[in-house]
Amino acid sequence: MTTPALKLTNVHKSFGPAKIIQGVNLEIAKGERHAIIGPNGAGKSTLFNLVSGLYTLSEGQVELNGAVISGKKPFEINRMGLSRSFQVSNIFSNMSVRENVRCGVLWSLGYGYSFLRNVGNLKEVQEKTAHILNEVGLLDKANLPAALLPYADQRTLEIAITIAGGAEVIMLDEPTAGMSHSETDRAVALIEKATKGKTLLIVEHDMGVVFGLADRISVLVYGEIIATGKPEEIRGDPKVREAYLGEEADEIEGASA
Amino acid sequence: MTDMTMQSTALGPTSAEKFRQRVLPFVLFGLVLAIIPFFGPSRTTMTLLNHIGINIVFALAYNMLLGRAGLLSFGHAVYLGLAGYFCVHILNWIDAADGGFWGNLPVFSLPIWGFAMGALAGAVIGWPSCRRAGTAFAMISLGVAELMAAAAFMFDSLFGGEMGISGDRMSGPEFLGMSLGPLDEVYWFVAFWTFVGVVAMFMFTRTPLGKLSEATRDNPERVQFIGYDPTRVRYLVFIFSAAFAGMAGGMAAVQDEIFTPESMSLIPSGAILIAAYVGGIRYFSGPIMGAILMTWMSSNLSDYTVGWLLYLGLMFITVVMFVPDGIAGLVFGFWNGIRSPNRSHLMAKWAQQAVGVALMIVSIIVIVEVAFRWSEGYGEVFEPWGMELPHDGVITWLLAIVPLALGVALLRRVARKSEEV
Amino acid sequence: METIVFSLLNGTIYGLLLFMLSSGLTLIFSMMGVLNFAHASFYMLGAYFAYTIMGVTNFWLALFLAPILAGVIGMGVEKWGLRKVHANGHVAELLFTFGLAYLIDEIVKIIWGRVSVNYQVPDSLNFTLFTIYGSDYPAYRIFILFVAIFMLVSLWYLLKKTRVGLIIQAALSHPHMVGHLGHNVPLVFMGVFGAGCALAGLAGVIGGNYFITDPAMAVQMGPIVFVVVVVGGLGSLEGAFIAAMLIGLLQTSAVSVNASFADIFGFLGLSATSEVGSITISSLAPMLPFLLLVLILIVKPTGLMGDREV
Repeated sequence: MTTPALKLTNVHKSFGPAKIIQGVNLEIAKGERHAIIGPNGAGKSTLFNLVSGLYTLSEGQVELNGAVISGKKPFEINRMGLSRSFQVSNIFSNMSVRENVRCGVLWSLGYGYSFLRNVGNLKEVQEKTAHILNEVGLLDKANLPAALLPYADQRTLEIAITIAGGAEVIMLDEPTAGMSHSETDRAVALIEKATKGKTLLIVEHDMGVVFGLADRISVLVYGEIIATGKPEEIRGDPKVREAYLGEEADEIEGASA
Repeated sequence: MTDMTMQSTALGPTSAEKFRQRVLPFVLFGLVLAIIPFFGPSRTTMTLLNHIGINIVFALAYNMLLGRAGLLSFGHAVYLGLAGYFCVHILNWIDAADGGFWGNLPVFSLPIWGFAMGALAGAVIGWPSCRRAGTAFAMISLGVAELMAAAAFMFDSLFGGEMGISGDRMSGPEFLGMSLGPLDEVYWFVAFWTFVGVVAMFMFTRTPLGKLSEATRDNPERVQFIGYDPTRVRYLVFIFSAAFAGMAGGMAAVQDEIFTPESMSLIPSGAILIAAYVGGIRYFSGPIMGAILMTWMSSNLSDYTVGWLLYLGLMFITVVMFVPDGIAGLVFGFWNGIRSPNRSHLMAKWAQQAVGVALMIVSIIVIVEVAFRWSEGYGEVFEPWGMELPHDGVITWLLAIVPLALGVALLRRVARKSEEV
Repeated sequence: METIVFSLLNGTIYGLLLFMLSSGLTLIFSMMGVLNFAHASFYMLGAYFAYTIMGVTNFWLALFLAPILAGVIGMGVEKWGLRKVHANGHVAELLFTFGLAYLIDEIVKIIWGRVSVNYQVPDSLNFTLFTIYGSDYPAYRIFILFVAIFMLVSLWYLLKKTRVGLIIQAALSHPHMVGHLGHNVPLVFMGVFGAGCALAGLAGVIGGNYFITDPAMAVQMGPIVFVVVVVGGLGSLEGAFIAAMLIGLLQTSAVSVNASFADIFGFLGLSATSEVGSITISSLAPMLPFLLLVLILIVKPTGLMGDREV
């Protein structure tokens, strides 16, 4: 069996007396597109923060391509090939769109903390930046200050920064939250294109997006994974239906693959 | 989208734009520096110009922290001071040396030594300081400054006590035929290093570290998720900022030939903070403008009025409250305004605002000057252009109140109108 | 023994004065996120107001009125100044108070002159309370002690037992939640800022005649108060108390130690005539708070009791 891209073993997290994540086990294979769904407050974002190193685990272990990453700092984890986006746009608002992406590119091309080179003269940096801007469709807005972008474009920029470093494991936290239908469709197409051949872990509320995108789905309820499987298995799972009462159950039912 | 457009928009500005934005200003700056001596400035003006050059480098170094990295320091004069002291010591070593390394060292190279000393001091002091950002960083910088200033008074052999230590810039070998004795030679020395410093600091903003420093200012959390350690970024930028401050210290050592413990205290640190902020910390050229204005004010205004610090405080608060982008923001705003389609409308608005501000300034000057003369109690009377304004005169009170009220009313009207538009 | 007792007493008084200043600063910082750079300027204003009021009426009225006046000015500053810059972020707010400190310094010089004013301990408190080890102990110091303790108890009561205190406490631990409590946030901010400034003013009233009332008193006191707040841990009242007492005792006892480095480290061969050897402990006293600041920040960057990153 090959090493999974991401492996969570018995992951726990409590904030004081509040146990948010209670023993999550999860394996995500290389190249898999994995979605995490669950009701509000289930701990999806907390799980993201634990994997990406923003929070420290109370218990358990996280492995990235077989190497233990729990306990490492976010930037160390990022350098090992895991990159994440944020639920709330988390961009460099006073810099231009191009500079936002360029900052995301720099480390992966080995420029580190260099203070002897002019970024304008680094051909590969410029080309990779232009390539990514083109891929996400922000090329014509490259010189705008990021703070002036419309909301949907800010979300796109968020994804662009996330993929800029070329990480093999991409984690997206509700990439389509707050978008209109047409914007969502475009975002999904972008995510498919940008993460081709990569491992994707996504948290998403829009069931259409989830069932359209994911190879496998995990359902997180009160800090525990109650089911993991292919989209059709999840749709038929009675435990999942129980956790999702009412409207959202219909949503799962109705979501077309 | 064709390949051509992709190239031109995504690979950044065209080479013509690059030249206009990134090369031309520096060529012009260099030209101005080179032309000034041919106007035959007086000795006083020359000294003022030298101090302006030093403060330009210092203010830009300071803005590497405040404007570019988002770190507010209340003690940046420590690095200028330590490096300046070091350079005065070097002056004395050169003077005392009989050949050997120090004996052959041209005084012209002192800013390099200042740069190195500043970097060293920044590396040592920055280590504990840069572990925290925001308010805590500001407070630590304040504490460090107090500590260094107090220590300077304690170690006489290094810092020379209250009298400080002095040196002789004419010692050592000549460089490019300059003894650095006459003031105009010092001018060339300062102009050269100012130019080098300004260009170097601009180039720094274009490096990966320079860009990452801006990213860390905007969003330190996100920086961690693109592979960078924000603490490390801050620490490295801090070292560079201290180094350029040290370079200014080396320049000051040659110009003034003396350093006192005062130079490390909170007063010069606060002054450079005000200079950079009033100039405009979001623009590269802002601190340059601020340094020019502040140096001019502190050397000239203090001759006219004892209340110049009060004016300074008022100006600073006004900028913080109403003009957060500083002088540079005003200049570039004006430049963009006169090229925009509705310029006539904007001009009218600005003219009204200018009149409003001028009216308020009249009243404030009257109030401050009359108040100072009254409180110092020497029976002096404020007499601008032959007018006599005693503290209990009717005209005085009219001048103190009416223009102020008119100015405020005018400014409010303009603000209300532009809100309506 | 004699020096120890005197140092303890004086150090406690100094520490309590420091706490009176830093408690206001901590309250303001915890709730509003603003480190009021001009805080010590309100301390100075308190002293000058008291001097002027005492000249017209008497000390007891000054003790009451001067802090109120300082508080009212503080409220005005919050309402017409700070609130406007709030939108531009904390750095802008800090810079605003920095400029304000400049202004207050200069205005004080205009109104009261550049040299110190003769602000005296009132006659009714100007006597020797007791004599220990042959030295007289002035009653006024004990009076300071009582005022400070009274303030401490009132503050504790206000925070722990009243409704206002509950709101403030909630805001201390969850600064983002104040708005959700349904209280008029701008009013709460204005009140807290005013109260903090009034506390500083009170410290000025009783400290101004204990030390000296001159235009430099704000610049001298300001940095030390910041040290107290940072060493204690930004936003922690308990921390500020511990740090204030620590610095008060440390500085006061250091002043009374005449030993030089040579006396202490003589066994290492440090000579009394060398530069380092001739430094006395008492001459180090002004540096101690800052030394402590740097040490604490290396060992525990959040301060003694702080757990909040800024």
